[in-house]
Amino acid sequence: MYYKGYYHLFYQYNPNGSVWGNIVWAHSVSRDLVNWKRLDAAIYPSQHFDKYGCWSGSATVLPGGKPIILYTGITDEHNTQVQNYAIPANLSDPLLTEWVKPKNNPLIVADKWINKTAFRDPTTAWLGRDGLWRITISGVAMQTGIAHLYKSRDFLHWVKAKHPLHAVAGTGNWECPEFFPVAQSGNNGLDTSVMGPKIKHVLKISLDDTRYEYYTIGTYYTIPDRYVPDKGMIDNRNGLRYDYGNFYASKSFFDPSTHRRIVWAWANESDSVNDDVNKGWSGIQLIPRTISLDPNGKQLLLWPIKEIETLRANKVELNDKKLAKGEMVEIKGITVAQADVEVTFSFDSLDEAEPFDPSWDGYNAQKLCGQKGSTVQGGLGPFGILALASKNLEEYTPIFFRIFKAQDKHIVLMCSDATRSSLNNEDGAYKPSFAGFVNVDLTQKKLSLRSLIDHSVVESFGVQGKTCITSRVYPALAIGDEAHLFAFNNGTQSITIDNLKAWTMNKPEHMNQ
Amino acid sequence: MKIGISFAVAVLAAAMMVENSAARGRRKDEQLIETTCTNTPDYELCIKVIREDPSCATAPLQDLALIVVAEIKRKTEEIIVGIEKLQKTGPEEMQPALTKCRSYYNAVMVGNIPVAEQTTWGNPKFAENAMADTKNEAVMCEKAFGKIPTPSPFTKENKYIADVAAVARGIIRNLL
Repeated sequence: MYYKGYYHLFYQYNPNGSVWGNIVWAHSVSRDLVNWKRLDAAIYPSQHFDKYGCWSGSATVLPGGKPIILYTGITDEHNTQVQNYAIPANLSDPLLTEWVKPKNNPLIVADKWINKTAFRDPTTAWLGRDGLWRITISGVAMQTGIAHLYKSRDFLHWVKAKHPLHAVAGTGNWECPEFFPVAQSGNNGLDTSVMGPKIKHVLKISLDDTRYEYYTIGTYYTIPDRYVPDKGMIDNRNGLRYDYGNFYASKSFFDPSTHRRIVWAWANESDSVNDDVNKGWSGIQLIPRTISLDPNGKQLLLWPIKEIETLRANKVELNDKKLAKGEMVEIKGITVAQADVEVTFSFDSLDEAEPFDPSWDGYNAQKLCGQKGSTVQGGLGPFGILALASKNLEEYTPIFFRIFKAQDKHIVLMCSDATRSSLNNEDGAYKPSFAGFVNVDLTQKKLSLRSLIDHSVVESFGVQGKTCITSRVYPALAIGDEAHLFAFNNGTQSITIDNLKAWTMNKPEHMNQ
Repeated sequence: MKIGISFAVAVLAAAMMVENSAARGRRKDEQLIETTCTNTPDYELCIKVIREDPSCATAPLQDLALIVVAEIKRKTEEIIVGIEKLQKTGPEEMQPALTKCRSYYNAVMVGNIPVAEQTTWGNPKFAENAMADTKNEAVMCEKAFGKIPTPSPFTKENKYIADVAAVARGIIRNLL
């Protein structure tokens, strides 16, 4: 949320331990989305309507600039869910340090048709032309994921609409729904209430049973109050994702000061609970990303906020470096365990692209990446970078492209593969081969990649944000000064690094103290 | 007399109906337990653990999972007592493994068990992760003894906890 010159981030937090529990709304503020100051918890259990927990929700900034938070309160040991509101205690405090929960809570409780233990995460509200506010609250009924729709004139009295905003059979319980407009041209974000021509809408869902998210782009029909995904959109687990890796419970907001829609996501730990208890923390918020509509209208583009570039220091650069099959080049001169890398690869021909076997699942990029890792030689690809690599490559996290030829088109696979990221072969370690397909025109015979590397997290962006993948990794050797960064090619087609820039990333001056 | 007999027959019929519906109810509950346990890696173990708790007869799926979590908690408490005993009196070569196991099972006690207890109802993905991790911690404890000359004194217990955690996870998957 943005208010009086400050960005506000609220997040689910356990003040008493590094596992889920005792959940409160922690609160941090920033002027620049990079330096953060921690405040006291904004919302924590204190009333009958949230005695057992204060779960997720959203802020809406009302006309006139008044923020209001809607959140899910837990009312018993079975985690029965109700929707409450909280408002700032003092609107002239730009830090909005204190919040109050009026006595007329809860505002919304589950009716007899709703499963009251799967009824949560109210969204930012949008205002219809009829003067009614609308929100969606997610849930499930018999494996049909549902975005329930509620309407209100005064933001206090909410009436459930006769039908949901949207629902999809077989997708299981929905969480953290997001519903917002995107402009069909340009990169600017839009306020959640914007409607009209040259606008599309996005519905994003977090899927409880897979812990992945997916989104569709479609049309919001305001009179029947329904959302219909565009033809061709995959409206289920196989759909498009903001990020094909560790990226969940994401929430976006409209930043009116810069006209951007910015999204935050949570990445949990992939090490063991024992590791988390010992290190004393668990879970991170990823670097915020802007969201815009791809000019092709068929997907979104996500890209790290520009402000993160203020942390860049001593750049190294490499131009016109050819890599034949099996060749690598080391990138030196920066702190590779805490870095920002941007690289463009080019190739002379697509002829070497290996065939895409028709028996492969065209929706399961992760499976394909697991079978065809960076050490499996290819035709056009695999090529990319090796992040957090140990000197003799006992450990590395490759982020790379591999191009296939199917009947009448090429298929580009992007991987961020944790399989060899760490010698710690503990049973608690989860080392997935995250991957996504990249919908890109290869006429230029170029592919670009950006990776933000930060010790135990690598956020990668293929082709200016068409396909994003976040990995959590825990190297034992490739840490600090012992970490290395390479670019590599393991395909028969030689490739050229047209340009590679890499920066040391400094720490922010204020890191949420 | 006629009325009396009709009345008696009616009462008897009513009693039989109630008896039948209770029997049907019991069959349904048994069916729930059987179906649930079929979806776990160890059907027999699942049935055994659940049936040890008499409340299982009328328990919904979430509470069946919690019955299994309670068993894991008991066994974890027991193994911690055993580990601490050996830490005081056991041989020197065993200490590194014991230290590791103490840490692994501490994570189960302070992390995974409370999470499973609090989230099986209403937010089961956290409970599922907690049970998956519990199995891993038990396996790692056993592996810690693999790295030292003396054999593991807890092979049976570690395996039991790992297996029951896998069963708990299987049950909780049904909630997602």
